[in-house]
Formats: sequence, structure tokens, C-alpha cells
Amino acid sequence: MRKDIGMETLDYDVAIVGSGLAGLRTAIEVLRRDKGKLGLKVAVISKIYLMRSHSVSAEGGTSAVLYPEEGDSFELMAWDTIKGSDFLADQDAVWRFVHIATQEIRLIERWGVPWNRREDGRIEQRWFGGLSFPRATYAQDKTGFFEMRALYDTLLKYDNWDRFDENFVTSIVIENNEFKGFTAIDLKTGNFRYFRAKAGVIATGGAGQLYRITSMAVSSTGDGYGLAYNAGLPLKDMEFVQFHPTGLVPRGILITEAARGEGAYLINKDGERFMQKYAPSKMELAPRDIVSRAIMKEIMEGKGIYDEKSGLYHVWLDMRHLGKERIEQKLPFIREIGLKYLGIDIVDQPLPIRPTVHYNMGGIHVDIDGKVLDSTGTPVKGLWAAGEAACVSIQGSNRLGSNGTNECLVYGYIVGNDIYNYIEKERPALPSPSQNILTTEEDRIFGKLLGKESGGEDVYEIRDELKDTMEKYVHVYRTGSDLEKAVVKIRELKERYKNIRLTDKSRVFNYNLEHALELGNMLELAEIIARGALLRTESRGAHARLDYPNRDDTNWLKHTIALKGADGPLFSYIPVKITMWKPVARVY
Amino acid sequence: MKVRIRRYDGQKEWWQDYEVDVKSSDTVLDVLNKIREKQDHTLAFRLSCQMGSCGSCGMVINGLPALACQTRISELKTDSIRIEPLYNYKVIKDLVVDLNEFVNKHRSVKPWIIRKNPEELEEAPIEFKVTPEQNLTFVQFDYCIMCGICLAACPTVAIDPLFLGPQALGQAYRYIADPRDEGFEERIDILDDSHGVWRCHFAGACSYVCPKGVDPAKAIQFLKKEILKYRLLHKKKAATKPAELVEKAPPPNAPKPPPFDFKFEGGV
Repeated sequence: MRKDIGMETLDYDVAIVGSGLAGLRTAIEVLRRDKGKLGLKVAVISKIYLMRSHSVSAEGGTSAVLYPEEGDSFELMAWDTIKGSDFLADQDAVWRFVHIATQEIRLIERWGVPWNRREDGRIEQRWFGGLSFPRATYAQDKTGFFEMRALYDTLLKYDNWDRFDENFVTSIVIENNEFKGFTAIDLKTGNFRYFRAKAGVIATGGAGQLYRITSMAVSSTGDGYGLAYNAGLPLKDMEFVQFHPTGLVPRGILITEAARGEGAYLINKDGERFMQKYAPSKMELAPRDIVSRAIMKEIMEGKGIYDEKSGLYHVWLDMRHLGKERIEQKLPFIREIGLKYLGIDIVDQPLPIRPTVHYNMGGIHVDIDGKVLDSTGTPVKGLWAAGEAACVSIQGSNRLGSNGTNECLVYGYIVGNDIYNYIEKERPALPSPSQNILTTEEDRIFGKLLGKESGGEDVYEIRDELKDTMEKYVHVYRTGSDLEKAVVKIRELKERYKNIRLTDKSRVFNYNLEHALELGNMLELAEIIARGALLRTESRGAHARLDYPNRDDTNWLKHTIALKGADGPLFSYIPVKITMWKPVARVY
Repeated sequence: MKVRIRRYDGQKEWWQDYEVDVKSSDTVLDVLNKIREKQDHTLAFRLSCQMGSCGSCGMVINGLPALACQTRISELKTDSIRIEPLYNYKVIKDLVVDLNEFVNKHRSVKPWIIRKNPEELEEAPIEFKVTPEQNLTFVQFDYCIMCGICLAACPTVAIDPLFLGPQALGQAYRYIADPRDEGFEERIDILDDSHGVWRCHFAGACSYVCPKGVDPAKAIQFLKKEILKYRLLHKKKAATKPAELVEKAPPPNAPKPPPFDFKFEGGV
């Protein structure tokens, strides 16, 4: 440890920020590929404890082609993914992704995932929305949790890595387009740290906390997006925010799509299975964007049910006809959630649900190997991103259910290998950044923010107003005038944020400081999402404009790129890689 | 509603009272969030998923260790709440406890699949064969979210800091019971120890408080049985053979070759 620059410096070959599926899978891949050959040392850095990451909340399944002899194929999975994306996915990346997903399912089976099984002992799969074959591989309705357990436990087998639980990363150090490490606060002590590394990975997940009603964990504040954006790196397609159709009223807890995969009905106030109006062939198993819009439309037309306690309108998710035995085998966690949070047993009663913010299709602009790209499309030397934090783009403008966890696994594998190849081939030395980058960052946090005595704005008041703004104006259905209101409000909040003052001045577990830093990122992201949505004058996937209801391939078959400018984000656009299928009308 | 919280700032400990407006549907975690956001920004507690999956918010609520996010105010049936950090852990600040020893104990029982031929875990053309019935032998023990609540309830942990504890022992059994695992002999000396399974005197408190129904007490009794069988009867953990590969790999599928090189060996 070097103390000469006034802080703790920790040296690693690979530093991974984020400990969800993508982060853990990357760490394992580097270590198992290395097997001690280069003796690579890995740091896994997380603002919460390892095993607490939001990946544990993934419920329903992980898609992969396991049974081609029964009619599934890579082409079919690629087609489902691309059609589901409303043709905004990069098709070369999807084609590669569907191949690697198969091997990942079997690999983590070896590492302990208790996949549900067929009678003959083989892995079982089930239906999910937008699929042409039941290829969602699952472990009860806790798929992400069991995958996390298997990866976490398998990582414990290796020695050449260190865990940094409860370390909040504050910046990426980049000079001359070269990655030079991360700065972080050790929350346990309040000390400032510099992780000096040859290769860095951002695997920090999504940003559901921009909204009030979300299935995403409190930790999903989009830190990685903020880190990249503040480092001058582009974010891609951020206006595409996925609303999962079935969030439990009132708080938006996820009720897995697997409930509908197993046969659950969506019912409006009149007892009607309304999906027949919106997706007559797929019904409740249409992709998420379509089902979310259908639910909001029913509510807007007065066919929702009013919940007096929360003041929210909802529809019903009815599983009664599935029977107790099937529910206990396939959906035990959903039953537990209903009982624990509402006192409702899904065996006897339907659940009140409405759309809940669930996933960010957009993310840090990366290439097909997960290398982070700069504003000119050139890879930043030594920096990768994976999982929800990254945008390749596999998911385009709408992710299919069961296609999130597999992207984390596949890109953990790809990035881990790419990093190993890079270090093996280039033999990079540990970087040496200029000292003032680090001291400026330390002063930004501990001097200008924690030490600030002036100002009267409160972190939590601004955060509440931000959530309300996003919930009201940047939701399932959007209009130009609503989005304009959102932009005005967000800019006002950004101004007020400059004037915040922390009341907790301590160093040890200062959550007030962590929340303030998170909020800074969240405000930037909200502006990117709202302004990106305002500029995109079409409806595609999860981005539905009431004033521009149609998809416009002539003008908008392109990815949005947002770069930090002096006064808010600057937008540009890049083409979608179309290598297999031309866009067609998306009907289910 | 009156909420009394045990606080600690690294030097002194004290009880602090807050008065909070609560709805009957609120959880204890909602109440803590209201306090931290509206009344006292210095209050430290952990949280993340808010749905009983991540294991962050274990604490002692009205004397019982539980997840704050899964404890509804209406269930408590009291007109005030008393909240303390988890027992049997070192407190760092307020409701935040030190989990380092806890995670080290988990790691010490080798909680991963062990095969006599480790290569079988690395190459995966096809899966191990595990029937739905075999799944049931271990999956309950795989529900562990590592919240650490069981150790807070365990009377033995309270008097023997070296005791492996219900979480780690339960996880040892999770892997030993897994038909894919062949690591019993590697783990037996760790478990068959005066601070291992024999220290447990079967109070059963761990299973009572476990929010996920893992039942570590049962797992520990099963471990004792397996160890005795092995030591006294010189028998391996079970007469059954470990899981094998399914009989044949599926036929090659891809009608056209993929346009990329999927092998990473030998360069980018």
C-alpha cells in the first residue's frame, strides 16, 4: 500500500465494480482462465455486501437453447430477441449471445444451481413472454438468487482475489483514453481509496431507483452509468426504461413473468381477460412493453380497480386456476410475497398489480466484446462493462423476460476472457495517474460535499421530488409536453442539488454522504432519459409516445448516444447493426 | 408510533426514541426509512432489495431477530417498536454489525461443488443428471440468503465465538446432500470438531428465526448422522452413487455456422 499520495492505494490486475451476476461471473472467468499462470489478482468492489446485489431478485428464468431436438434453435432465440427488441438490437451481438448462453446454463449447473428438472433428470424449461419456444431455464421462482449463490460460492473456491464489501466507487480514473483505476470510499471507515488496476470492469446494474414504484433494489441507483458519464464516456439508448407489467401494489415488488408463463390471467375491473384486445395470439405472454401498455390503457379507460390504501389503480393477476400443488412447486416465492406483504394467498385470491420499473435497456456504450467505447467509438484501453450497466446492445428498445440474467452470464464470460487475453498479450504495467486527479476527487467528496457548511437543500427531499417527477412524466406512455415538464423540473432539481448540505458529518457508515453522491448521478441520468425520450419522436419498444404512436424506421432506426456537455447532455446517433433480419411489423 | 432504537457511534451506546406516523401496511424497514429520510439522517442501517431476498436488513425487532423488510407493523401487535442490532455480532454503528467472521465461517466449510475429477466442473457439454426428487434433498438448504439472523438467535454462538454456527453448518450440509457433490471427505474434519457440529445442542432457535425456512438445526442433525455413520461404520456418506452426466449430448444443432469465432483461446 502506498501512502505517498495521501490515501490508501490498492494494486490489482483486475478491479471489478459490482458484485451481481455479471461482476461475479467476470471475476470467476479471469481466475479460472488464469489458473495461476499469470497469477492475476482480482478485486471485487461492491457498495453493499457480496451476495446482496440486485441479481438475487431475478425470479422467473434464464433463456438458452438446450433442446434443439425438440424444436428450439439459435435462430429462433435470436429472432425472438431481435423482434422483442423492436429491431433496435445489434444483430451480430445477439447471434453471438444466443450461442454462449447454452454453455453458461450448463456450466453453472455444474457449479450448483438447482435447476428445476424433468423426470429423467434433465434441465426443465418453461414459457416466458415473447418466446417461440419454452426456453426459460429456471430454479423455482428464485432463479437469479440460485445463480448468485452458485457463482458466489464458486468464487470462494479461488484464492487470488479480494473482496471489498461496502466500498462505494466515486470515479473512474481515465487519462489519455487509458483506464487507470477507481477511487472509492470505504464505508466502514470513511477512508478514501484508490484502486490502481490494469483492467477495470463496470458491472453495477441498473437505475430503477429513479422511480417511486420499482422492482429494483435500493442499491440500483445507476452508479456505473454516472461513473462513465462523468468520466466523459457515452451512454447509449438510456430513454428505454423497461416497465415490468406485474409489480405488486403498492410498492412494485416483482411478481415474476413466470406466473403468466405458468398460465396466470390478467383481469380488469369487469372480469375480462383484456390481453385478447392487445395481443390475441400471445395473450398474457406478449413481451413486457406490450403488456405494460395494455395494463396502463385499461387503467386510463377506467377499467382498473382503485386501491384506497395507496391511491393507485391496478388490475388483477389471477393464479387461482393453477392449483395449490403447481403453485407450491413452481411459484413458491410469489406465494410467500403475497402472504407476507398483503396477507393474500394466491391459491385463493388474485394479486393487485400494475407496471413497475424493472430494467434499463440502455447503458454504457460498449462493443461486442464489452470494451467501453469513447465518444469517437474507440475502446478505452483497459476498461470493460458488463450486464445491465452495459449496452451492447442485445436488448434494443425492449428486453424479453428471461434475457437479463443470461446477458450477465454471457458477458461475464466474454469480458473475463477478453481481459485475460489483453493482459496476457499486452502485459500492461500498473498505471500511474497524475496526483491531482486523485486529490481533486478526494476534495470533491470530503471537502466540497461532506465539509460544506452552507446551503439548505436536503438530499431526501430532492430525491423524493425526482422520483415523483419520473413517475408522473416519464412513464409507460409519454408525450412531448410531459417530457418537457420533466426536463424543466429535473433541471431545477439539479440547480438545487448544488446547494445541498449533509447533516451527518461522520466518517463511519455515512449513508447521508453515499445517498448524496448517488443522487448526483441520478439527476444526470434522469435528464438524459427525459431529454433522450423527448428527442425520439417515435414509439419503439418500451418508449411509447402518445403524440408519435408509430415506429419510424426511416428516421429513428438508430441508437441514441448521450455525452456530458457543459450544460446537460449532448445527443448524437449511431446506426444499428442489422446482419440477419430486416425490421418488420411487430405483431404478437 | 413510538420507535426505540439502540444506537452506537463507535464510542457510546444509547437508546433513542422517535415518533413516527405509520400505516398498517408499513414494514419495519419503511419505518426506519421514514426516520432516516425525514427525522435523522445519521441513523445507520443496511437495506437493499426490500423483498426478503438479499439478506441486508437483519436486526432484532421487539426482541426477535428478523428481516426488517418482511416484518409488517400490523403483525407486531404492539403500540411501540424496539429495534436493536443483531445479537452475537460486533456492532460497528447503530444497526450495522460486522459480518466478516460470519462470511469467513461460511467459506471455511468449502461451500462449493467438489468433484473427485475437478475438470468435470469446467467443461460443460451437458448437465449432471439430477431427478426432481434428488433436488428436494438439498434445495431447502440452498434458500440461505446469508442474512446472519440464525447466529443472532443461537445460544451456542453466544458462548462460543469459535462455533461454526448454524449458517455455515447448514451450508456444509447443502453441498454434502447435493448428489453432484463428492466432497464429504474433504469437509469432514472441519465439521467433526468440538467447535463444529458437536457444539450444537439443538436449541432449534436458528430454524425458528430463519426467514427463508432453511432449517439449519435439521441440517446439523443430518450432518451428525452422516459423520457418525462414516466414523463408526466406515461408510461413505451414502450408498448412492454421485450424479452422472446425462447419457448423451444433444445432436449438433446449428444449421449454419456462427459468423464469429467463439473460442477465446489463442488471442482476441
